[in-house]
Amino acid sequence: MRMRALGVAALAALAFAATACGGSQPASQSASSAAPSASASTSAAKSGGTLVIWADPSRVKPLKPFADQFGTENGVTVEVKEISKDNQTTFLTASEQGSGPDIMIGAHDWIGNLVQNGAIDPVTLTDEQKAAFSAKAIQAVTFNGQIYGAPYAVENIALIRNTKLAPEAPATIEDMIAKGKALKAAGKVKEVLCIPVGQKGDAFHVYPIFASAGGALFGTTSSGDPDAKQVLVGSPDSVKAFGKLKDLGEKGDGALRTSITNENYIVNFAAGKCAYLISGPWAMSEVKKGGITYDISAVPAFKDGKPATPFVGVQTFFVASKGKNKALAQEFVANYVTNKDVAKALYEADPRPPALTAALQEVQASDPDAVKFMDAGKDGIPMPAIPEMAAIWEPFGIAENAVVKGGDAPKAAAAAQKAIDGSLKH
Amino acid sequence: MALDVREAVETETSPRPRREITTAFVVSRVAVLAVTAAILLYAVPPLVAAGSWVSLALLCAASAAIAFLYLTRRFVPAKYLVPGTVFLIAFQMFPVAYTVTTAFTNFGDGHRGDKDAAVTAIETGSVRQAPGSPEYSLTAALRGEELVFLLVDPKTKQVRLGDAKGLSPLAGAQVGVTGKVLSAPGLTVLKAPEAAARGKEISALAVPTADGVIKANGLSRAVEGKAALVYDAGCDCVRGNGDTWKADEGQGYFVNAKGEHLAQGWQVGVGLGNFARVLTNPTISGYFAGVLGWNLVFALASVLGTFALGMSVALALHHPRMRGTRFYRIALILPYAMPAFAMLLVWRDMFNRDFGLINQLLGANVDWLGEPGTARFGVILVNVWLGFPYMFLVTTGALQAIPRELTEAAAIDGATPWKAFRRVTLPLLLVALTPLLISSFAFNFNNFNAIALTTDGGPFPADSPQVGATDLLITYTFRLAFGAGGAQFGFAAAISVFIFAIVALISAVAFRRTRKQEEVYA
Repeated sequence: MRMRALGVAALAALAFAATACGGSQPASQSASSAAPSASASTSAAKSGGTLVIWADPSRVKPLKPFADQFGTENGVTVEVKEISKDNQTTFLTASEQGSGPDIMIGAHDWIGNLVQNGAIDPVTLTDEQKAAFSAKAIQAVTFNGQIYGAPYAVENIALIRNTKLAPEAPATIEDMIAKGKALKAAGKVKEVLCIPVGQKGDAFHVYPIFASAGGALFGTTSSGDPDAKQVLVGSPDSVKAFGKLKDLGEKGDGALRTSITNENYIVNFAAGKCAYLISGPWAMSEVKKGGITYDISAVPAFKDGKPATPFVGVQTFFVASKGKNKALAQEFVANYVTNKDVAKALYEADPRPPALTAALQEVQASDPDAVKFMDAGKDGIPMPAIPEMAAIWEPFGIAENAVVKGGDAPKAAAAAQKAIDGSLKH
Repeated sequence: MALDVREAVETETSPRPRREITTAFVVSRVAVLAVTAAILLYAVPPLVAAGSWVSLALLCAASAAIAFLYLTRRFVPAKYLVPGTVFLIAFQMFPVAYTVTTAFTNFGDGHRGDKDAAVTAIETGSVRQAPGSPEYSLTAALRGEELVFLLVDPKTKQVRLGDAKGLSPLAGAQVGVTGKVLSAPGLTVLKAPEAAARGKEISALAVPTADGVIKANGLSRAVEGKAALVYDAGCDCVRGNGDTWKADEGQGYFVNAKGEHLAQGWQVGVGLGNFARVLTNPTISGYFAGVLGWNLVFALASVLGTFALGMSVALALHHPRMRGTRFYRIALILPYAMPAFAMLLVWRDMFNRDFGLINQLLGANVDWLGEPGTARFGVILVNVWLGFPYMFLVTTGALQAIPRELTEAAAIDGATPWKAFRRVTLPLLLVALTPLLISSFAFNFNNFNAIALTTDGGPFPADSPQVGATDLLITYTFRLAFGAGGAQFGFAAAISVFIFAIVALISAVAFRRTRKQEEVYA
């Protein structure tokens, strides 16, 4: 008798727990912090419209008011969720499991990989909208002839110099190195140039110098996109370029040094330990904290060299193809964030030059740096978005590191080419 | 552990003790069961949504079994065993089984989803706007229960109605300044929130035209487009752009006559392909022996170094005449208490040739992490520094268990302190600590963080950028599987299986030897 009562009570509790769990939203949300979007999707099913946006920490706050405004205008809830690590992988894995966002924010060079994994949809922009962006931004988000997202910020590296130590912008790399060496000899600086190399090289930062020396990563297809079938890292021109990097390296001018790393290159410049820094807009807050006077110009080219073209990266809003609310996501990306005010708010939170020409013009007045960075990237090429680019970074960096330490350029270039070819073919 | 005979007799003869069922007892049981059931049933809605009925049936069976098990008075041992077994299956067996099954697939970038997803992605990705077609301003509306599009050409301001059959002219519609239709006879115009709620239907509606279809682009615009690539189930191929790509189930790609494939692929089984690649690919098998050799040296040096240092310190602090042991213990535990993640990065910067603390203190100009010899020494040093407090802790514990009389007796017998340590203390310590040393070896064998955060495998020789001087099998694997060709989970899983086999073999041999050792000393 007693036993049966206990059993009935327990079963009742079970049933109660089941219904309580299905009905109460907050309880289920706290129960599953591991699967954040599972709860988001159930709430979406209930209210009829929830737009989930994933962004990195610096973009969550400025996006919030606009997301809320969009929500009020359309009678939907907009959730902006912060993703702080491995954003691309997190997005891919979550999409695959059906728990991803409706909109993802990321760099344009993810496009190739996201497309081959079927994770994002093309976005149709009107001719008018396309014209409102800088041509480079539109070129960057175009992949296989389709536009895969709305660009909102453009960033590239430039030469930032300490105007007290080096009042004039150098016309050539040779001028810059000569000035840097003179300052070092006079004991005014400790380093000729602050550019990260580290123990594994840094292809992104060294690329303008490499390109000016005639080096190249890929050939180009007939449509002007990088051609994954033609890897040129080991080509004779690239070997010459690696030779130039060797001349700038530790056994040569000492401008490239493995002890200058991604962790210390900006700090050293901000502390006045070098007159020149090659970096991007992300360095500016640290540089300003250092309290030095500075100016920004394009990375110079070699005297008889090709233009020093930096890589241009474009921050982009993507529409997730496995999102729950694709119509809303398209509306937000194609018709809402292409708005000037959103671009400006994002700029204010994280000062990287806006991709919308109108927003850039407004920002210009208060922040000349943004325009100077933009000008410095005028000749830049959008970072290759093809998935094969992933195979370049590490072998290229290691070849760079080897020649900077004084290694043999043809050998390093050939080894990098072989490694890249090998991993592209598997 | 022999039971006292009398006790055994007593327990048999005495009546089974009946526990009083108190309110607290009932409430606590019910609460625990309710929470368990709630957690289990939380998985029901997603499973129903995904239509995985087998999993749902398993879930229901498991819930029922658990409820039954804890609601009866029988099966007492099972009550204790079941939770452990469940966790063992969920967190040990399932990941291992999953890794092994993944090793037989091409799961990775470009092959994440199934074939249907790839086809959808190919078709949607190839939709181009029809040249010269207008960008319609879109208003969603209802004709009775059916969703229709009200399309306004921005140039001519002409309003047309689009439904699943096609376009038809619409008279009498009132158009606002922004191009939105405000009202139309016989139709209910949807307001923004209502349209947003029907987002799925709006995305799905395709209005056929002569050149393709008109589809919504968001909630306020629509464009006419056409998919350049179309899947044909008849030939299991994708046609378009004057080419045909046939499905290749071996590769998980659509491949054309020239051998080129479309970007989007799907997951297929590749049998032993991944394993064969590990064994036959010259860039992998060629370096394997070298990496394995250094990997063994690293793991052995880490274990022996931490053990030697940790034990010496423990012995010193165990000495009866030692003073201030509490202070020393706290100081020694510090490296263990710091997050290894951050400490490894700090050490990396300390090794920097020009800006690092070590060269500045020593007045040297050594490129610590830039030369193979010093880099290897460096990572072992860091690992010993991070690991010795653990060995210190366990040795201190084990030392407490060795009676001091034993060493005193040895001293009376005329043994020197070294001999007493060598013949008495160390063997007794080893009996207790060998299993820990073996697990420490297994841990350090796969110590990804120690390498990835300090040298990241470097320095790399100029002629082989794939494998660095300090690469362990696990960091080397990681680079192969996730570095160059995008993420290749199937391949990574295959190498994990190999690494698992190596570690398991070494541990099995070591444990066998430990058993012999116990027989000798016991």
